[in-house]
Amino acid sequence: MDFYQVLQIIIPSMIGLAAPLIFTALGGVFSERTGVVNIGLEGLMVIGAFTGIVFNLTFADVFGSATPWLAVLVAMVAGIIFSLLHAVASITFRADQTVSGVAINLLAVGLTLFLVKKLYGKGQTDMVTENFDRVDIKFLSDIPFIGKIFFSNGYYISYIAIVLAVVVWYIIFKTPFGLRIRAVGEHPMAADTMGVNVAKIRYAGVLLSGAFAGIGGAVHAMTVSNEFSHSTINGQGFMAIAAMIFGKWHPLGAMGAALFFGLAQSLSIVGASLPFFKDIPGVYLLIAPYVLTIIALTGFIGRADAPKASGLPYIKGKR
Amino acid sequence: MVKKMSGLFIPILSVVLGLLAGAIIMLVSGYNPVDAYIALFFGVFGDSYFLGEAIRTVTPYILAGLAVAFAFRTGLFNIGVEGQLLVGWLAAVWVGITFELPMLIHLPLAILVGGLAGALWAFIPGLLKAKFRVHEVIVSIMLNYTALHVTNYIISYVLTDKLDKTNNIFETATLRSPFLSGLTDGSRLHWGIIVAMICAIIMWFILEKTTTGFELKAVGFNQHASEYAGMNVNRNIIMSMVISGAFAGFAGAMEGLGTFGYASIKGGFTGIGFDGIAVALLGGNTAIGVVLAAFLFGGLKAGALNIPVETPIPNEIVDIVIALIIFFVASSYFIRWILNRINKKGVK
Repeated sequence: MDFYQVLQIIIPSMIGLAAPLIFTALGGVFSERTGVVNIGLEGLMVIGAFTGIVFNLTFADVFGSATPWLAVLVAMVAGIIFSLLHAVASITFRADQTVSGVAINLLAVGLTLFLVKKLYGKGQTDMVTENFDRVDIKFLSDIPFIGKIFFSNGYYISYIAIVLAVVVWYIIFKTPFGLRIRAVGEHPMAADTMGVNVAKIRYAGVLLSGAFAGIGGAVHAMTVSNEFSHSTINGQGFMAIAAMIFGKWHPLGAMGAALFFGLAQSLSIVGASLPFFKDIPGVYLLIAPYVLTIIALTGFIGRADAPKASGLPYIKGKR
Repeated sequence: MVKKMSGLFIPILSVVLGLLAGAIIMLVSGYNPVDAYIALFFGVFGDSYFLGEAIRTVTPYILAGLAVAFAFRTGLFNIGVEGQLLVGWLAAVWVGITFELPMLIHLPLAILVGGLAGALWAFIPGLLKAKFRVHEVIVSIMLNYTALHVTNYIISYVLTDKLDKTNNIFETATLRSPFLSGLTDGSRLHWGIIVAMICAIIMWFILEKTTTGFELKAVGFNQHASEYAGMNVNRNIIMSMVISGAFAGFAGAMEGLGTFGYASIKGGFTGIGFDGIAVALLGGNTAIGVVLAAFLFGGLKAGALNIPVETPIPNEIVDIVIALIIFFVASSYFIRWILNRINKKGVK
């Protein structure tokens, strides 16, 4: 097996595994840029995964091949509704944002397993029958050399994730709404003085993070595990948080980091059967995303600073 | 008056609200909540076996709760208890299966090494916070996953030859006791509960009766004031994390030396570390509060296992209730606000 063939296996697998992380990390960027820490992304992904799989199983006969796409949309709505809990607790009730996020994670796992047992009478769902198909992108996959690596044997939804990162970058850095988001996250009092409704912008940020994490969870469930159980989402949400930080709270940086983590994951899965990689113990690839994030935070790869006001509830009139 | 009462009132109200919300969820799902709560109650107090298992469940909860609470008092959020617990578990079992010593040395050594491993794991976020101002929450979350994968690797490639669990620890390192087990109809109750209680007293002593404890709390209240008063803030941050990690390591040692007697590969976290956050929060970050809250949550968790036995209701309902209790405690601003409104009306 030559190196070119190895790339043809690793790169599509990397993009596929990275897509859910990209969606969720973009959600995290929205939330943290408005100043609300969202540790609950993991739980929101669980909700998305659960909703996506249940919708897919229930309506596969009705909608046919459109089912996975609709399931992603429904999961997005479920993510928004669930993230409302975090928004109300941490913005209106001034709860500790990290504690509220932890509660979201516990609640999501408890609630979804409770419902799975209620609906199916067992601890996990059946496998879904309507999956996302792996496709070769028209024209692009015909590009010599890179077409075969980057645009073959992938999911449309993965490419949507990458395009979306650019869209989010545009929204946050080039639109008035994005300016408000950043202002509220850096200096809420200044933003408030200028007539920006801090609570409203923060609600928008948290609900957007719920939407994106819901999509991320559903995409992960329908491309990687194809069922829902307690281990379907197992740290992907936290890895997305890591990607967001590693990408320095920047949408494109988060996407790059997510792709890199996707590569580490794909190597830890398929690496054992490939030359070059089978000599590396899997544990190094498994812990790489986490260790790299710590190193990045420590400042060895340039300083990464969170938005100034993240984690702090905004109380009007308090200096 | 409200302030004095709210120390006890808010946790109790949150528990009541959590149970009520759980009941509503069960009603909506078409289950009978009364049956569930009766089964839950019998799952704890029904017979001596259940009671023994409940107390065993409480043991690591107390220690995990102490770990979170101790760091909280210095203004640090140790969300890494889960990872520290895993390394403590592995280290204690490693001592338990490797050395052959008389019990009087072996058992304390195994427990201490477990605590030490947890302390070392918590030293990393403490050091990074003190030296580089890196947020301890993110670092310890990353270290949780690192701990999970590294301990799994060590269990299957270093301590064994690709097996999914280690040998059982030697009799001289076990916390198990035929006496306690016999007393509770063959449950896995072990001496760990005594260790946990001693640790609670140690935490109370450090925080309330020593200069170190005073400094740790001062740093938690106001870093800048502490610094101007001549305290070494960085040293206190590291020390707080290390002591917190030691408690977490002890929690792991209790599981390794008491409940299981070995360390095994894990697909995911034990959940004890995250529940420790709930315990500390409900217990108001005091030693006595943590012990009480641990008995409540440990009891709920242990009793939950009886729910699907006697009713058609999944035991996850208890996880939902616990999560909701955290929500209510965390949102106590809202509860206080309502209380104040009621009080003001009373004055008029």
